[in-house]
Amino acid sequence: MTRSFRALLIRDLRLAARVGGSGVMGLIFFLAIVTLIPFALGPDLNLLARIGPAILWIAAVLATLLGLDRLFQADEEDGSLDLLRLSPAPLEVIVLAKVLAYWLTTGLPLVIAAPLFGLLVALSPEGMLAMVATLLVGTPALAFLGAVGAALTASLRRGGLILSILVLPFMIPTLIFGVAAANAALGGTVPFMTPFLILMAITLVSAVVGTFGAAAALRAGE
Amino acid sequence: MRLSVRGLACERGGRRVFDGVSFTLDEGEALLVTGRNGAGKSSLLEMLAGRLRPAGGRILWDGAGERSLAESLHHVGHRDALKGALTARENLDFARDFLGCPALSALEALEAVGLAHAARLPVGYLSAGQRHRVALARLLVAHRPLWLLDEPTSALDAASQEILRGLLEDHRAKGGLIAATTHVPLFLKTPKEIRIERAFPPPSAGEGAERSEAGEGSNPPPDAPSPGPAGHSLPQRGEGRSRSGKSDPDGGEGRRGEGS
Repeated sequence: MTRSFRALLIRDLRLAARVGGSGVMGLIFFLAIVTLIPFALGPDLNLLARIGPAILWIAAVLATLLGLDRLFQADEEDGSLDLLRLSPAPLEVIVLAKVLAYWLTTGLPLVIAAPLFGLLVALSPEGMLAMVATLLVGTPALAFLGAVGAALTASLRRGGLILSILVLPFMIPTLIFGVAAANAALGGTVPFMTPFLILMAITLVSAVVGTFGAAAALRAGE
Repeated sequence: MRLSVRGLACERGGRRVFDGVSFTLDEGEALLVTGRNGAGKSSLLEMLAGRLRPAGGRILWDGAGERSLAESLHHVGHRDALKGALTARENLDFARDFLGCPALSALEALEAVGLAHAARLPVGYLSAGQRHRVALARLLVAHRPLWLLDEPTSALDAASQEILRGLLEDHRAKGGLIAATTHVPLFLKTPKEIRIERAFPPPSAGEGAERSEAGEGSNPPPDAPSPGPAGHSLPQRGEGRSRSGKSDPDGGEGRRGEGS
């Protein structure tokens, strides 16, 4: 079982590095949004610094959604999903491996790049640190929740749009508490840990719900 | 090891494709599934592979040990499950690690299908026939007793078909089971054969929905010659053919409505 898990994880990481890299694409998309918004708002550094965490978080949500439709669809199209069903490991383990690979190639680069992109929205050093922490804890939740939608739309040709509509409402709690925690670190009446612990809880719940939900969706789609 | 299928029925999109398909497959036996386009040959294999749910009937797998049917089979279908961006070797290494029970190494398997020179090429650069051979090499990297092959000879040249035949006979000699859909004779030794017919003819093809009776696959006499180019219509098939198959040996389009 661990052998299958590892084999699939390595394959997906290799594919992400090989095909022009979905991770790099998400990162560039992230950068595009983050640079676009200051242009729209004008050169008000105070305003930017205040809404900076919100901008980064919205950009992270959209960047995560970007490649999500291919998570299972690519495997469905070339028949790999049928091969994955023949595994000695249960479907849940397969989903876990795929989501982990997806997060490592799209979520983790965002976390690492967050301080750099924080500069563009005039974040203070504490703010950058808080952004890294909240994105590190929050983006796995986005990937797991998205996996359910990706599994449901795996066999739909234009699944990406439906996927976004399906999944975005469920990402709202993650967004709220992610931004709340980052803002709390910048000052305010709420201590940082209160929203941050809730964010952690959301991620843990999403990891379970996402894994079992996506596996159930794949089974139903047989 | 024994695979038995009893009264299997298939529905696609709310339409009954076939029903009443029964056969048993023992160690070392091969089953050829024939039938016209759209008769449900691929669907039968996909049901065995666990991808489609049967609309009726039962699939019984009496395997060795605790491995379920899905863990005991290879399925090479029309979609080859190969990643074009990865090399042939990487694709096979993945299958070997992922499927468990590793057998030959990726390079040995590629050599067995005559593709050792392409091991380091991304599969996306290979031709249809070469891709198909890489998919067939997957049969060799992980040991699994039941092979489900959907049109295994498609896109293969004569030499590769001969290699394939050798691989299949090898697998049978080791006690493996094979179920293959085919339109061309595979020249296997004493295969069982069933012919799948549509459960209900299309509305225009006549009334009185006649049930198909793709019955027990049966062995021709052991010393019988391999079926020739027109193998699926030779009389040695015995009771393995369906009723309409008898009146319509070639399965020609449009003849069934008149016959019934």
